[in-house]
Amino acid sequence: MTDASRTTGTDRVKRGLAEMLKGGVIMDVVTPEQAKIAEDAGAVAVMALERVPADIRRDGGVARMSDPAMIEAIKATVTVPVMAKARIGHFAEAQVLEALGVDYVDESEVLTPADEAHHIDKWAFTVPFVCGATNLGEALRRISEGAALIRSKGEAGTGNIVEAVRHLRSIHGDIRKVTQADAPELFAWAKQLQAPVGLVQEIARAGRLPVPLFCAGGIATPADAALVMQLGAEAVFVGSGIFKSDDPATRAKAIVEATAHFTDAHIVAKVSRGLGEAMRGQEIAELDVKLAERGW
Amino acid sequence: MGPKVGVLALQGASQLHVDALAELGAHVVDVRTPEHLAGIEGLVLPGGESTTISRLLELSGLFDPIAERLAAGMPVLGTCAGMILLASELLDGRPDQRSFGAVDLAVRRNAFGRQVDSFETDLAVAGLSGGDFHAVFIRAPYVERAGAGVEVLATVDGHPVLCRQGAATVAAFHPELSGDLRLHDAFLREVH
Repeated sequence: MTDASRTTGTDRVKRGLAEMLKGGVIMDVVTPEQAKIAEDAGAVAVMALERVPADIRRDGGVARMSDPAMIEAIKATVTVPVMAKARIGHFAEAQVLEALGVDYVDESEVLTPADEAHHIDKWAFTVPFVCGATNLGEALRRISEGAALIRSKGEAGTGNIVEAVRHLRSIHGDIRKVTQADAPELFAWAKQLQAPVGLVQEIARAGRLPVPLFCAGGIATPADAALVMQLGAEAVFVGSGIFKSDDPATRAKAIVEATAHFTDAHIVAKVSRGLGEAMRGQEIAELDVKLAERGW
Repeated sequence: MGPKVGVLALQGASQLHVDALAELGAHVVDVRTPEHLAGIEGLVLPGGESTTISRLLELSGLFDPIAERLAAGMPVLGTCAGMILLASELLDGRPDQRSFGAVDLAVRRNAFGRQVDSFETDLAVAGLSGGDFHAVFIRAPYVERAGAGVEVLATVDGHPVLCRQGAATVAAFHPELSGDLRLHDAFLREVH
């Protein structure tokens, strides 16, 4: 806060940045060079991390917050917002990211959780947080902890969209049911969702989450982006799908265009041509670790 | 039915503008392709990422038709990224970023700092009845230089953040986020 008449870190300011990212693509990048490619392609923001989820999955070990030097190099390279990931419950990593001036912190299941019971108290921060969710109850618990943006988790690093679709359908399906419930039923919904009744009542009134809902986890093609946008995602995160493909710059541009024009199949068809190989992808049943199961 | 106006919907906070204008009785259309410009009498350029929107304006073939309509005097309201897109000169932008030059301003991107510096404040707005305007600034730009023909309506720290030239109004902040419809109302009166 620089003077008495100016207030920072409010709900409106935190959720407001998410509003500005709508209709856009947020891309995972691990180097300043990749960040430049992402910005050139039209990314609305970049997520600075040390390894993309596909590599975290392959290499194993504990995945942590990125090196501040790498985050700063990326901040110095691009003019779009820079996001970075902290481990679930690791509020000290989040404090470091805030001190570095990142624009959004992702309390992310892609990194190894630091706390098996508690997520970060996100109200304590000026920087806004995005959190993953697989269903409506999880989304509302994260919002009650102060998340200013929810993303469906999907299954990161697989190039397989099926989990993201499941999560989006679950969240939107339950929102539709909640809007049909009468007042006594909303208390039962709150119990079933393990979420604060006030937020459940707010959803019943508004017919939507009180914060924006984006999609992450498994997007590898322009048509994947068009699919999840039509299923109600308001923007997309693309992790391994761009820089694990044959031709990242071209694929990144194509996914940006498909996200902007997600209802226009002719444009999606046009930009889907000649992109080279997509990332290889994995069947969910063959995974050793399901990242989406992290978080509570 | 009120006037038909468009909201550029390639990327950004377009829906909040659509809701605000619809609440005031306008017939509002999303603008994503040149065909969507048919019959509109005013246009809103919303907040979002100006580098992304600028790129998508070129790719969708919208840049030149919008520039023509603006040159012909179509009323326009630009907020945040929209202000950047309407300015004649851009500081700290990308070299390939194009703008419409509808308002004689030099605008600096992200001038108030990063997201942790984003803020809300009450602004005194020249000529606006009903008291201060509650303004939300998100990684906002400000004006470094305003041309002689530009009317400065509000400032923060001495920097213009709300300006008007002819039928174009630009704000560094987000009237669509604060629920105060007075600037949208003024835009619709410009359209009539």
